Amino acid sequence: MMKKVFERVYLALLLIFMYAPIVTLIVLSFNSSKSRAKWGGFTLNWYVNLMSDEAVASALVNTLTIAVLATVFSTIIGTFTCIAMIGISKKMRSVIMGITNIPMINADIVTGISLMLLFRFLHLSSGFSTILLAHITFNIPFVMLSVMPRIKNMNFYVYEAALDLGASPAYAFSKTVLPDLVPGIVSGALMAFTMSLDDFIITYFTKGSGFETLSTLIYSEVKKGIKPEIYALSAIIFVVVLVLLFIVNRAPASKTNKK
Amino acid sequence: MGKDLITLEHITKSYDGTTILDDLNLSIYENSFVTLLGPSGCGKTTTLRIIGGFEKPDMGRVIFDGQDITSLAPNKRQLNTVFQKYALFTHMNIADNIAFGLKIKNKSDAYIRDKISYALKLVNLEGYENRMPDSLSGGQQQRIAIARAIVNEPKVLLLDEPLGALDLKMRQDMQYELKRLKEELGITFIYVTHDQEEALTMSDHIVVMNQGYIQQEGSPEKIYNEPENAFVADFIGDSNIIRATMVRDKLVDILGAKFDCVDTGFGENKPVDVVIRPEDVELVAPEAGTIEGVVTGLTFKGVHYEMDVMANGYEWLVHSTKLSEVGSKIGIKVDPFNIQIMNVPESEDEEAISETV
Repeated sequence: MMKKVFERVYLALLLIFMYAPIVTLIVLSFNSSKSRAKWGGFTLNWYVNLMSDEAVASALVNTLTIAVLATVFSTIIGTFTCIAMIGISKKMRSVIMGITNIPMINADIVTGISLMLLFRFLHLSSGFSTILLAHITFNIPFVMLSVMPRIKNMNFYVYEAALDLGASPAYAFSKTVLPDLVPGIVSGALMAFTMSLDDFIITYFTKGSGFETLSTLIYSEVKKGIKPEIYALSAIIFVVVLVLLFIVNRAPASKTNKK
Repeated sequence: MGKDLITLEHITKSYDGTTILDDLNLSIYENSFVTLLGPSGCGKTTTLRIIGGFEKPDMGRVIFDGQDITSLAPNKRQLNTVFQKYALFTHMNIADNIAFGLKIKNKSDAYIRDKISYALKLVNLEGYENRMPDSLSGGQQQRIAIARAIVNEPKVLLLDEPLGALDLKMRQDMQYELKRLKEELGITFIYVTHDQEEALTMSDHIVVMNQGYIQQEGSPEKIYNEPENAFVADFIGDSNIIRATMVRDKLVDILGAKFDCVDTGFGENKPVDVVIRPEDVELVAPEAGTIEGVVTGLTFKGVHYEMDVMANGYEWLVHSTKLSEVGSKIGIKVDPFNIQIMNVPESEDEEAISETV
């Protein structure tokens, strides 16, 4: 009995520590007083102001453009890499997976700085294209991580069965291998989109000047002094990412429940 | 017999330096039920996959109906395969699974509909058109896999251990079902299995393989009753395989006792292996037998008793419907026709290739 109570209290404390800052942020985004210490009544003004803010609007467009393009490219590259790995030995496969996982476990700041140095070295002018390249780079491992288990569990006799029944290799692939991979590809793409959407550090080091995404915009605004509009913006980003992550986690489950 | 439909000529195949098949030659007659039988790793599945086009031999040719198809892609071959793990398209219903090959060949909808219901009737699964593969039992899935293959009217159906994943009862039912299908379709079946009973039940012709070589081929009766070497004898059912000496034609010395036999031409005082099937060992009164022994083990097997009899230093395996208690003294007699004499291989290598010599 005591143990149970203790467990509950512990869990509650844990959740409070984790979510108190975000809850504070969301509450403040509806606070009509600019003060962070006192509640001045409920308002949607900050959200309304946000809509008319041109800097925010252009940063939003930049963020979404980069996230969508980075997702498309990294999903294609990651998926094809996984498919290509069907043909190689198990040992080689784990070596390649190890190498592709390094950017994921590497500190963002190291990845960011090394990408920045590489782009300088190659004389690529910083801006949209360098951010896009950086995002594609760090997204590929996430796509591969979610597609690879599907490849491992695949019954390749199904592909051979399609060939056996007269299908060309391309038709057999699209009818047998691809449908099996789709759930993995979808969750990989959502994961990549989420990662791209909320990345700050790598973007910051590869963006150059004069180009802002939402995260870098928030950072530079915060340096100038905190405006409540930023609370609103952060709250929106939090909710969007939360929803995406929720979908990612639900996607494989709904696939297996299907009759 | 009939004419040759498939001929394998000097087929050699190795993976990563390991030779799987070495100079394999095999002819398969039209309209026969041929079984490739052997332990895992003997090369039987590789042989089947070479016929199906999923593997290319390093050397040698595959002749199908007079034409060299060695490098023809699997989707261009007039044969279909039933795989070990069903390999149904899980996201399509049964009707779409069966129609897969026909749609590729652009057959009319009416033709496809007729074929689906014909095939489902043939495998006793009428009315299953709209079911999904996951909702079927293993045996049913395998029957759908067979239906999906035969609607394409192949000249040859390749079956790669299709009953391997099924339970015993289902396996036995399916054996008769496959035999019936073969009769109804009148096409050639090439069947791969490691189960000797399956092979004996269904085949017209059995090819026993080991270590990439054909050990012996022939009718089930011939393979069972006249195994050519100890491997075949041992693999096809329980056997007493005993090192013996051929005294002269029609007389063999087994464990110090002289047995009459029917084989000739092995020379005088030559070492040989003899095979005696457990059901061919007669247990008689001690003084009436050729060898005297003591019963050391007894197991009831349903249709017969299985007994171990220690005689002259060898433990004989005996199947008999007559019970002899453990510890009782007993005589062993064997009819001369039931003693199968085989040459002794001089090395393991020779054991593997004795057939090809």
